[in-house]
Formats: sequence, C-alpha cells, structure tokens
Amino acid sequence: MDILLIILGMAVVTHIPRILPPAFMRSIQLPSWFASWLQCIPYAALAALIFPGILSVQPDEPAIGLAGGATAIILAIFKAHILIIMILSILVTWLGSCWLV
Amino acid sequence: MRIRQDFALGCKAGLPIAMGYVPIALAFGTLAEQSGLHLPLAVLMSAAVFAGASQFMAVSMLLAGAGWIQIVTATFFLNLRHLIMSMTTAETLKHLPRHWTSLLFLGLTDETFAVLTLNSRQHNAHRASLAYVAGLILTAYAAWVAGTFFGSGFAWLIPASLGSGMSIALYAMFIGLLVPAVRDNRPTIVIALVSMAFSWLLHQVLDQGWAVVGATVCGATVGTMIMKRK
Repeated sequence: MDILLIILGMAVVTHIPRILPPAFMRSIQLPSWFASWLQCIPYAALAALIFPGILSVQPDEPAIGLAGGATAIILAIFKAHILIIMILSILVTWLGSCWLV
Repeated sequence: MRIRQDFALGCKAGLPIAMGYVPIALAFGTLAEQSGLHLPLAVLMSAAVFAGASQFMAVSMLLAGAGWIQIVTATFFLNLRHLIMSMTTAETLKHLPRHWTSLLFLGLTDETFAVLTLNSRQHNAHRASLAYVAGLILTAYAAWVAGTFFGSGFAWLIPASLGSGMSIALYAMFIGLLVPAVRDNRPTIVIALVSMAFSWLLHQVLDQGWAVVGATVCGATVGTMIMKRK
C-alpha cells in the first residue's frame, strides 16, 4: 500500500512540470529575450548532463568515461550515424574496463 | 498516409534512446527485484513515473527506510529540471495542438528532450508533426517499461556489473546530438563550455538535480549575453 502511494506521488510530482509548459505557455506572449534564451537551453542542458557525469561511467575510473566520450566526439565530428557513435563508444568503454580491471 | 510515415520516422528517431534505455531499465528492474520491489510494482513504477534517475533514487531510499513524503519530495526536486526542458521543447513544437502536446509531454525525459530539440536533421527535413513526436516518445517509453519487465523477471540472469548509473550509451547519444548541433551553429560552443564549467563547479556543492538545473540556467544566460555582444 505504502509503495503504491509512493509511486502515485512520484508520478504526480514528475508529470506536473512536464505537462504545464505546453498547456500554458501559448496563452502568454513570450518576450523576445526569453525566446532567445530558450533557444540556448538545449546546448546548455546537454552540456550539463554530459559533464561531469560522464566521468563516473565506471566508478573511480574517470579515464574510462573520458575515453568513451572522446570516441563519441571524434565520430560525431566526422558525421558518423548516432547509432554507430553509441555502439563504438560502448565498445571502447568495455575494452577499457577489461584492460584496466 | 502521412501520419503513418511520420510515426515511423519518429520511432526511428527514438531508436537511439531505446538502445540507451534498455540496459539501464534492465539494471533498474534487477535492482528493484533485489530490493524487494517485485515485478508488478517495479513495472508499475517505470510505467507511471518514467524518470530513470529518480526511480533508482526511490529504490535506494526505500532500502534506507525513508518514508513516502521524503521520497516524493526528493523526486520532485530531482525532476524539476524537466520544467525548463518542457518549456524549451514546447517552444520548439509550438505549431502542434496544445492538448495533444501536453499529453505527449508526459513522456518528456532528458533524452526525448535532447532529440526533439537538437536533432538537426528533423528540423531541416520538415517540422516535427504530432505523429513524429508520438512515435519518438512511445519508442523510448516502450523500451523503458519492457526493459524494467525483463530486468525484474530475469534478475537472476543479469550480472550485477551492469551498473546502476547512466550508461556510456546515453552519454554517447548526448554527444552525438550536441556536436553536430554546435557545428551547425558555431557560437553555441560558448554556451556548452560555460555550462560544463558551471556543471562541474555545482556538482561539488549541490546534488545532481540542482547542479544540472543551475548549470543549464547559468550556461544559457552567460551564453546569450556573450553571443549578443559579438
């Protein structure tokens, strides 16, 4: 019973911030500075999600996450398909952890 | 027929997310099972909440004996970053009908946000339609729920070394989205670097949820100011 209450509570507090903006933003005219600020958010958010989290892909071995990240950056610069980028980064990380551990 | 085509395109765009989610969902199902949160409840949590980091946090708090108010409060703060992501995505998708967008945004995560706002191919080809967004989000959601189901049901088969953190797959996906977007719009590299610096600093003093929110806001603000001056 307690668990159901927890799941329900988590669902409510997680979904409210997700669904409110599309429901209400259009009733308000956004100032232009705010619209251009919003355009910068994806770059800032992804950067913040990537770093420093990527260092803890393998706990206590930041070099492994860095190697995987470097692989992804190089492949992305050379316009590799996103699935190729993911697969090769997983491979490099996996080889790295086999080699180190 | 346009709808079916767009839905399929959306599913295709959601494939990298699904690939990143499956191992994490397997790990979540396994951990939940081992922590006494058995199959129907683990799957229910994944289906109802659909927010990976907070689900891992909830299971570890349950194990530590936390009460529901603590768990729900912590979940709220950890997931508050979705407010900014939802505002940004809603602005990108403002051509879509409002109520349907709200419904689909139940499935807004770090990853679906990332693909919806930064997938440059999608912007060049045509504006994202409702069917495209639905295909993308449902693919990610299905992978998360199915992964939890298998992780929970086959916990005895899955090695503990699968890990509980975000896997390299999702970081590689984020990089694979960010690098081409920055290349298409070079000055945005300033935003990314400033945000990473803030993120590193804030992770030293705040928990993960707030550090990401703080770094995103600071990075976008400083980035906007610097880019405007040029």
